[in-house]
Amino acid sequence: MSGRAIEDLNEDGPVTKMHAPIRLEYRIGAGTAQSRFLRGVAEGKLLGQKCPVCSKVYMPPRGSCPIHGVPTEEEVELPDRGTVTTFCVVNIPFSDLAPEVPYVCAQVLLDGADTALFGLIAGMPAREVRMGLRVRAEWAPREEWTYNLGNIKWWEPTGEPDADYDAYKDYI
Amino acid sequence: MTDVAVVAFAQSKHVAADPNRNEVEMLMPVVAEALEQAGLEREEIGFVCSGSCDYLLGVPFSFVTALDAIGAWPPIRESHVEQDAAWALYEAWVRLQHGDVDTALVYGFGKSSLGDLHEIMTLQLDPYYLEPLWPDMVSMAALQARAYLDATGKTERDLAEVVVRSRAAAASNPNAIVAGTTTADALLKEQTTIAPLRTSDCPPITDGAAVVILATADRARAISERPAWIRGIDHRIEAHSIGVRDLATSRSTALAAGRAGAADDKVDLAEMHAQFSHEELIVRDALGLDDSATVNPSGGPLAANPVMATGLIRIGEAASRISAGGGDRAVAHASSGPCLQHNLVAVLEGE
Ligand SMILES: [Zn+2]
Repeated sequence: MSGRAIEDLNEDGPVTKMHAPIRLEYRIGAGTAQSRFLRGVAEGKLLGQKCPVCSKVYMPPRGSCPIHGVPTEEEVELPDRGTVTTFCVVNIPFSDLAPEVPYVCAQVLLDGADTALFGLIAGMPAREVRMGLRVRAEWAPREEWTYNLGNIKWWEPTGEPDADYDAYKDYI
Repeated sequence: MTDVAVVAFAQSKHVAADPNRNEVEMLMPVVAEALEQAGLEREEIGFVCSGSCDYLLGVPFSFVTALDAIGAWPPIRESHVEQDAAWALYEAWVRLQHGDVDTALVYGFGKSSLGDLHEIMTLQLDPYYLEPLWPDMVSMAALQARAYLDATGKTERDLAEVVVRSRAAAASNPNAIVAGTTTADALLKEQTTIAPLRTSDCPPITDGAAVVILATADRARAISERPAWIRGIDHRIEAHSIGVRDLATSRSTALAAGRAGAADDKVDLAEMHAQFSHEELIVRDALGLDDSATVNPSGGPLAANPVMATGLIRIGEAASRISAGGGDRAVAHASSGPCLQHNLVAVLEGE
């Protein structure tokens, strides 16, 4: 050590940054309800779960009704079509995986569901996407299906008239 | 002071790994069991408080999603501590002192199987001097064990005797993961993993959850035939850096025990949050227990250690023994932080 007096070290000014890299690895299971959901998705099915107390249908299910704190064991198969409850237009590319901008992220409330799924909207200009828009799933080719909601590439307009605001106002 | 008692206690069937259920699925049946024991509906609970750690689950705000197991609509009064749920119980006890609510539900849960617990616990260390060196939890404990053995003249055989007694006690605990008959000689034949500790001196990796329901005065008497009254409860903390502490003793436990009145009367049983064998000896000294007290009749954390619920379980185990008539006066201890940094002591009595 060449050695410097402590008062000399202070001449360098305060240390304002240090690096302490942290990396942890986890092996996380999806849980019972989400495992059933993902197995359904791998077969092109959208399986929600219904609360035995309030009959709300959770999509995707997490195994409980957060309102009543009870297991949601009754399974309900839902159609792959629904209503856009809210959306945003993305104009800034922030990831290599993201589609070309502008693109639209939306919450899609499947017919018969009480919670909305997250997805992309395609098949129409971004500026025409709107709340109440009726959409259907565009699935990836069957041979690409896996335990992943990415099996649905995006949601496209069905051409039906828009849903009434009253039909989805409680889900925004 | 408002009298507060433990009136119900439920815990999951602890396992080394519960890969199939998410934390909500793990918690729900335990919450339901505790409510059923107390004969209460969810809506009757005045305050809810939980203890958990997002780092265990590797998921931010996992304590918020865990509320799905409780049912939180219409809005409930709720709080959370990012540490063992024994401190959630302390917060609930304080909350009940306000007098406007008369019941509280406390829960703790953790899945240690998802990541490397020994490294995850490193992240609780100070980020400048200790954490960048990545001392794991067992190495830190081994430093303390060495300091304790050196200061007291005790030996690895004394540690092994703790394990023998713990495993024997755990044999009657259906929630224990490690239980059974063994001898100190057999244990000492194993190699030390991080000297002076052997694997047998360390707690098993455990996934699990626990729920305690508290009630005040008349409500407690209406719910339970023999409530376990919290006659004293206190928690004290020491310096974080292990370099400035006397690791051979636990001054904060002694202080908390004194303020909770642990030694004011005969203690029938004690449940200690001693994750490592030497911690039991240190805590036992600090609590000032004589040999007449039964220590960790459940087998303690060496039998099952669902991190973030383990301390709460000590209070629950002690209380359920009081309520079942297995003793009149119990001391429950919970610990948090590296090498017994932060300690809570509760004194529970029957009537
Ligand atoms: Zn419900």
